[in-house]
Amino acid sequence: MARIELDLAHAYRRDPKQDSDYALLPLKMAFEDGGAYALLGPSGCGKTTLLNIMSGLVTPSQGSVLFDGRDVTSASPQQRNIAQVFQFPVIYDTMTVAENLAFPLRNRKMPKEQIAKRVGEIAEMLEMSGQLNQRAAGLAADAKQKISLGRGLVRPDVSAVLFDEPLTVIDPHLKWQLRRKLKQIHHELKLTLIYVTHDQVEALTFADQVVVMTRGRAVQVGSPADLFERPSHTFVGHFIGSPGMNFLAGQVNGQGVQVGDTTLALSAGRSLPAGDIKLGIRPEYLTLVPAQTDGALAMTVSRVQDVGTHVMLSADFEGTTLKARLSTDAAQLTVGDTVWLKVLGEHTCIYKNEEIVE
Amino acid sequence: MSTTTKPINQKAWFLILPMLICVAFSAVLPLMVVVNYSVQDIISPERRVFVGTEWFAAIMRDEELHGALWRQITYSFAVLAVELPLGILLALAMPAQGWKSSAALVIVSLSLLIPWNVVGTIWQIFGRTDIGLMGAALLGMGIDFSYTGNPVHAWLTVLLMDVWHWTPLVALLGYAGLRSIPDAYYQAASIDGASKWDVFRYVQLPKMRGVLMIAVLLRFMDSFMIYTEPFVLTGGGPGNSTTFLSQFLTQKAVGQFDLGPAAAFSLIYFLIILLMCFILYNWMQRVGTQEKEGGGHA
Repeated sequence: MARIELDLAHAYRRDPKQDSDYALLPLKMAFEDGGAYALLGPSGCGKTTLLNIMSGLVTPSQGSVLFDGRDVTSASPQQRNIAQVFQFPVIYDTMTVAENLAFPLRNRKMPKEQIAKRVGEIAEMLEMSGQLNQRAAGLAADAKQKISLGRGLVRPDVSAVLFDEPLTVIDPHLKWQLRRKLKQIHHELKLTLIYVTHDQVEALTFADQVVVMTRGRAVQVGSPADLFERPSHTFVGHFIGSPGMNFLAGQVNGQGVQVGDTTLALSAGRSLPAGDIKLGIRPEYLTLVPAQTDGALAMTVSRVQDVGTHVMLSADFEGTTLKARLSTDAAQLTVGDTVWLKVLGEHTCIYKNEEIVE
Repeated sequence: MSTTTKPINQKAWFLILPMLICVAFSAVLPLMVVVNYSVQDIISPERRVFVGTEWFAAIMRDEELHGALWRQITYSFAVLAVELPLGILLALAMPAQGWKSSAALVIVSLSLLIPWNVVGTIWQIFGRTDIGLMGAALLGMGIDFSYTGNPVHAWLTVLLMDVWHWTPLVALLGYAGLRSIPDAYYQAASIDGASKWDVFRYVQLPKMRGVLMIAVLLRFMDSFMIYTEPFVLTGGGPGNSTTFLSQFLTQKAVGQFDLGPAAAFSLIYFLIILLMCFILYNWMQRVGTQEKEGGGHA
């Protein structure tokens, strides 16, 4: 087990000139020993590259990787003592389930009795004890992926276990089960787990700390609550949440924030740099208020969707559509109604140049 | 019959008629002619006598045939024993991508493009001690090499010739198998701490099993029917040391015009190839699955 520190950048091409040449822009971060982390971002954002750099399958073109302060930048996965689970199941066809699970241990010359014991424990955790002597090739995709997961978890002294979207091939109902299993294993084994995914539900339910990435940049590292309450970048606000954060462009002037023709007064104690800003409001915090309330704007309802547990309301304000998640009482609203929604409140985040300012 | 009133129309049979005619003329009729010859003694086109299984009995007792059959089996297995490992090694050594892989593919497949009789001629010259590179080199090393005089040298030259000609086929098939293995397998093996040998044993070889099986069957059948190359190179000699089954058959049928025994032997030959392929195929299938099921020693 180890604390992993990264201070690096990576480009797959030889001579990177601009930001878009980089798969990973310069970043600096640390993964604490025993933590459960998720790397979250859309396809092509560099999360798999970052994972492969940590495991040692890719050497960063600049910078270094430290494990417990030791420089392992050019060390192989084996020297780093890393385990990694891939998107598609990788199993050794000619071996049985037990032999597959034992393979990483056998290669490290662990005594036979210890291997058998450890394989038994892992099989127990993955509920595969009954299949230990079956050959791996004939199993279903999810059982094969469980073997891959097991091979990742079987080494007790591993520095970290890295998962590269391991549940892509698994049926939805088994996904929940396996994710819960992983979380439970994390509690039992206290291994450092780093989990790459583009599915925010997966990331937020699995990890204590989520690293949100876009276009080769790690834009925010935080707990699921941080990412929800105070996204540090508009991308995070937009990417996390379903639907994502609403953004409303405005200008800061002497009296407050001017949005369209309306000037919203800032509450006491809040001060902002002058100039163009964006207000970020979660649909969950965009509430219906009486007309002329402080911090509220009049909008025209453009769509009402009753989804049973709540109502999704879309409202237009001078060309910008905002979404609000309201209680089912709002179902009586119809398209064309004028409503007042509070856009400037304690949960509102303010962005300048896409970065949070307050 | 069913109670539905669907009209019965047998005209569709006419649609398969062209296919039936093709197969009849290309396969069934020639085979039946052979069967016909094998049970008759044809003295002249007008005089023929039905002899039953007499030719079969006679040919089975033929010492020359036993010799040819034994030589053939040894030869075919020697071909497999050399070409298969060599082909796999070659496939593993070939570059995986870029212009180097294209160049390697072209160079490796060159020998496959050469016609059989030309291969025989090439080796005939290659093995000569006066003007041939191999022959002269061996002579220079103090080996009195002669593929026309020494049976062992002749047999080895024919084997070497086949290895030179056909190992690339095994290599190409193996290469195709290797390229179809996803990178994740190599990455996982590296993370699991597998040695190079382990990667070969547990990743590459199992993934190549399918194409290697095709390679074994193709090389076995082809080498079992080998005719042109030894015919050009040694003419079956010295003595009958490189007379393989097909040449033996030709001698009987064309040389001595013993159509009855030749036909009987053709059928036996056909059955031997069929049987050998059946056994090989099933054995290889079983080897694969046994490995998977039998290995309970974790």
